[in-house]
Amino acid sequence: MNILLYFVHPRTDRSQTNIHLMKTAQSVKGVTIVDLYAEYPTFDIDVELEQKRLRDHDVIIFQHPFYWYSAPALLKEWQDLVLEHGFAYGHNATALKGKIAFHAITSGGSREAYSAEGALGLEIRDLLMPFQKTLELCHMQYLAPFMLYGAAGAGADGRLPDHLNAFRELLSALIDNRIDMKAAQKAHNLSDNPSTFLTREGAR
Amino acid sequence: MELLGAAFVYLVAAVIAVPIANKLGLGSVLGYLLAGVVIGPVLGVVGAEAVAVQHFAEFGVVMMLFLVGLELQPSMLWRMRKQLIGLGGLQVVITMGAITGIAMGFGLPWQSALATGMILSLSSTAIVLQTLNEKGWMKTKGGEGAFSVLLTQDIAVIPMLAFLPLLALGSITRHGGSTPANGVTETAHEAVKSGALDALPGWAHGLVILGVIIGIIIGGRYLIKPMFRFIAEAKLREVFTAAALMLVIGIALAMDLVGLSPALGTFLAGVVLSDSEYRHELESDIEPFKGLLLGLFFLTVGAGIDFSMLFAEPVLLVGLALGLMLLKSTILLGLAKLFKFTGADRWLFALSLAQAGEFAFVLFGFALASGAMEPGIAKQLTLVVALTMMFTPALFILYEKVIAPRAVSANTREPDVIEEKGNVVIAGMGRFGQIITRMLNHDGHNVIVLDYDPATIDNLARLGVRTYYGDATRPDLLHSAGLADAKLFISAIDDREKQTLIVAHVAKAFPHVRIIARAIDRHHIYELENAGAHVVERETFESSIAVGRKALVELGLHPYQAESQAKKFRRFDEAMVEAMRDNYNDGGMDNSYIDAVRSNIDILNEIMTLDRAEFHDHSPEGWMPPPKQDPETTAS
Repeated sequence: MNILLYFVHPRTDRSQTNIHLMKTAQSVKGVTIVDLYAEYPTFDIDVELEQKRLRDHDVIIFQHPFYWYSAPALLKEWQDLVLEHGFAYGHNATALKGKIAFHAITSGGSREAYSAEGALGLEIRDLLMPFQKTLELCHMQYLAPFMLYGAAGAGADGRLPDHLNAFRELLSALIDNRIDMKAAQKAHNLSDNPSTFLTREGAR
Repeated sequence: MELLGAAFVYLVAAVIAVPIANKLGLGSVLGYLLAGVVIGPVLGVVGAEAVAVQHFAEFGVVMMLFLVGLELQPSMLWRMRKQLIGLGGLQVVITMGAITGIAMGFGLPWQSALATGMILSLSSTAIVLQTLNEKGWMKTKGGEGAFSVLLTQDIAVIPMLAFLPLLALGSITRHGGSTPANGVTETAHEAVKSGALDALPGWAHGLVILGVIIGIIIGGRYLIKPMFRFIAEAKLREVFTAAALMLVIGIALAMDLVGLSPALGTFLAGVVLSDSEYRHELESDIEPFKGLLLGLFFLTVGAGIDFSMLFAEPVLLVGLALGLMLLKSTILLGLAKLFKFTGADRWLFALSLAQAGEFAFVLFGFALASGAMEPGIAKQLTLVVALTMMFTPALFILYEKVIAPRAVSANTREPDVIEEKGNVVIAGMGRFGQIITRMLNHDGHNVIVLDYDPATIDNLARLGVRTYYGDATRPDLLHSAGLADAKLFISAIDDREKQTLIVAHVAKAFPHVRIIARAIDRHHIYELENAGAHVVERETFESSIAVGRKALVELGLHPYQAESQAKKFRRFDEAMVEAMRDNYNDGGMDNSYIDAVRSNIDILNEIMTLDRAEFHDHSPEGWMPPPKQDPETTAS
């Protein structure tokens, strides 16, 4: 399988973790990177080009910091324009059918904050529900998010290198088809306990 | 000096009488006529030379027909064909028949009666169109109907000119120019007198007419247009005017040579050129000459009015005038009913066209010269025509004060929405205007474009874009481009002073039109605003910002950051234009202005670099991660 990674970040010059995640992805063969803010600085999205990109790839990753429990604005614009009726959803719209989609997110809040018992009282998967429902309506398989919690401190406390390795491992597994889709859909996230959804050989 | 003295008398009369007549709502034609009456019969300042002046002034009629032709684009005629043939055709034919019958009842020979019928069926384009425009009735159904009838009549003049010579009475000798009857014009005596075609039989005459017509059409298509382009490229306005005059006079002379009416020839030339891009420019070049000459013509008609004749038979002549108006408006009322005009429209249509027109003066002279009419009859009828024209303002006042107010209260229907010819006028079709025009056209707007560069016009014509040639700094050209009906005017030429002049003129003359203007620099913004522009944009501002943004990207900045910087710069610069306005308007680029600009530039530098500093508190905007270890911001 090949991977399309949308890098959605308005301030790369200030990025502390996302830029490294993106560069890690860049080093994996079979991953195409699209820097969405670089491509559309005026929000003037080329819908046909984006739809072709979606058609040409099997796995779509949306990588971005978690802004107000959601994505930076340009990703919403991208959704609104690219996921057209007749292309992504609606009668006989099968362009995205069976493709895999998930988010790679860095959040300010900690792992504990994003839980029923934590400060937010909600799980990360609850907060991502609008994305999940949207992409499932587009007949895609929506996987759990690849999470970096407490991203601001990740560099200082040494968690970043492990996280980058885990990302590389996940991307390779996706390309080699070494993933249990059912388990990956059900998982809380794709960063903890990779053994529960990664397989040794190609799945199925 | 004699000539100058006479000219001075005529000009004084016109300058005094016409504005007064206009103020009183009588219209300029009546003003000229009355002025003529004052300097002629009343004061006796002008006398015998009036006839010679009149011959000269008749050339105004030739020019008027040229302008009528220019207005008659074949496509427009085709669109109006039903109104023209139906409404206009019926009006001319029925009125002609009725008057011919009545004239025969008065004992005129049938030839004279038919000539009278043709001549009196026409109405006064000059009076009616001017009044309709002045009062804003042009866009009502009645006004539109009147316009189509006038148009039909203008066209009908051409066959009449051709037909009148065939009505010659055997008993009368033809009148040459030698003993002109006072008050009767001799427009085309040459046409009958000295033509090289006299020796030919009638059918050959017809063939020659056909040949000349074809000649003018072909010449107009393949000779005149390139000639005007060549002249226009010289960019000398007076040479263009000279060429326009040369064209009209040349055709008149040529027609004279073969014994045809000069008016007919120039009319045809006008129609042929009505499709050309030089139409508006030709119009505004010829218009002042036509206006002056026609005014002079009406002056001489007024001066030539024989009051002894009027006082000799006042009842008969005034009765004839009133009877003619009653007859014409009755026929018009019937037609209005037939064509389903309702309420006030029916009355406007019937009352506005009740008079006889200025063409009558010309055609009576022509009929006289052709020998279709006795001089005495022609003189009397000329007086009758002048009387109907003098009564016309009373009818308009009747309509405005009595009929229209009643009809409005009785009629609840909304007025018809009328499609305008062009809702946007753009001056300047260079690289700047072209982009605007293309955008507006794509959005379905009808844009009228003016430009002064023949090469640009040609290139655009090749792309199918219609551009009119003309110097947009001329107020008359803006008017003939239809600015009175436009919503928006865009001034897009590249000359700073001219731009300001145009904007000032449009703002004053067409206060209902919104104005967007292209500014050369920031000071020009203020000048244009003060001149009356509503929206002003610096011509290079957006593209310079775009290049600045692209330069930042080339230098390695992320495209979105570059875009953010561009936005920030734009915002700041626009705010600076705002902030400096009062300072600039108060004394221009004085010391306080320059100081203010300097300090503003310092602020800009600060703003543009501030974001790079690490101090989070000072960053005015922009996707900053929250400060580390802030307990309040653990989420997200």
